[in-house]
Amino acid sequence: MSILTIENVSKRFGDNEVIQGLCLDVKAGEFVSILGPSGSGKSTIFNLVGGLLTPDEGKIQLQNKSIIGKNGSISYMPQTPSLLPWRTILQNVLLGQELQGEINREKAIEMIEKAGLNEFMHSYPHELSGGMKQRVAFIRALLSPQPIILLDEPFSALDELTRIDMQKWLLDIWDSHKPTILFVTHNIEEALFLSDRIFVLSHRPSHVISELKVPFSRPRKEELLLKDQFLESKRTIHFALKGRDSV
Amino acid sequence: MMNNLLKGWRPALVLLLLFIIWEVAVKLADIPAWLLPPPTDILKEAIDGWGNFHEHLQSTIKLSLLGFVIGSSVGLLTAIILHLIPMVRESIYPLLILSQNVPIIVLAPLLVIWFGFGLMPKIIVITLVCFFPITVAALDGFRQTPNELKHYMMMAGANRRQLFWKLELPFSLPAIFSGLKISATYSVMGAVISEWLGAKSGIGVYMTLASSSFRTDRVFVAILFIMILSLLLFMLILLAERFLIRWKRMEDDKQ
Repeated sequence: MSILTIENVSKRFGDNEVIQGLCLDVKAGEFVSILGPSGSGKSTIFNLVGGLLTPDEGKIQLQNKSIIGKNGSISYMPQTPSLLPWRTILQNVLLGQELQGEINREKAIEMIEKAGLNEFMHSYPHELSGGMKQRVAFIRALLSPQPIILLDEPFSALDELTRIDMQKWLLDIWDSHKPTILFVTHNIEEALFLSDRIFVLSHRPSHVISELKVPFSRPRKEELLLKDQFLESKRTIHFALKGRDSV
Repeated sequence: MMNNLLKGWRPALVLLLLFIIWEVAVKLADIPAWLLPPPTDILKEAIDGWGNFHEHLQSTIKLSLLGFVIGSSVGLLTAIILHLIPMVRESIYPLLILSQNVPIIVLAPLLVIWFGFGLMPKIIVITLVCFFPITVAALDGFRQTPNELKHYMMMAGANRRQLFWKLELPFSLPAIFSGLKISATYSVMGAVISEWLGAKSGIGVYMTLASSSFRTDRVFVAILFIMILSLLLFMLILLAERFLIRWKRMEDDKQ
């Protein structure tokens, strides 16, 4: 069953057409990535799904109900951790639930412990490293009650090693909770390593140029990144992005 | 806190040195006490005249505190209204700046004509000098709330009320406290000016009486206590700030 469907959505700002006839869907418990070059309107897509912008044409439905212009229908993890500096880690994690009006402290404490951030439960964000802050931001999104989580290039500001750690950590959590995730990235490897399906976007005005089912079984290990099959898929996507047929 | 007191010895020393120069200069040049009394005379008057003075001091303290609380509440409330209703901000903000250009000395007698000699005109004077720094500081604080935090809150489903109470207000607290510190010192000055308008007691009254009878030493006693009062109020705000926004200090310490 599709949790989220985007049908024929177009959006323009003045004369600038950013999105044209975008179609994609995310099924329950699926990890879907949107892969596109910089400036392909990925943030616009998120703002549309998040209800901050309304499309000029097309439908956006969550569990068969239109969510156009309704903010808070999805759970969100932004590019920067965006933790509130005056709240402790526990209070920050509860924020997503607080905005929706239902708080589950025990669950939050449990998740923070599972993420290995036990000793930082009552610390302030500035005491944490970049990777730890992103974990907190993800837990906050995971604990929010909405049926789908949007992740907006969450690891793009991290260094290479921390990023791989974070990707493995995210896969672990995903395996044990199976949340429905829509993930935006411009990193091909990241998309392949994490997702079930990948939608490749064109340059502006962006639309889906290719939809790819990721063939690797789960759970996935880091070694996968160097396997031939992985590199083959990477090449396919690379050429799709370049706008040529795959070799 | 202790640290700050220890660091305070330098300005204290400079102050002491100034007093000594003052004392010696007055003695050497043989300046009459009604023109400029030496610091020791002022100190002596402060101690001898305490019985009479403390009543005045008390009513000024009461008036400043009341005025400060009302003035800063008005200031904060104005900021919140201006922030939440952009149309009001555009039409009222320039007028607020103009309100600060009206000389209080000219306005004060008018207020007496309109409102009599009671508490009302005094509170209005203190509010007029107090509210502006807080309004400006709070408005700046609200406006400087980082966009990424606002974007997250809105994507996560925050409504206007939640956005204000959970994000903009706590984010602006440090700025608001900067405003409060300025207003706290202004409020004492405002109280003294408002007492000139006519009051039964207060440092302002004491001061007018002293200067009209050439008791310059008493004028200086009044000045001394105005300064002490402002300083105490300032420190009170500082303490409240440290208690309320611990996260900010820890963050600053780290840098």
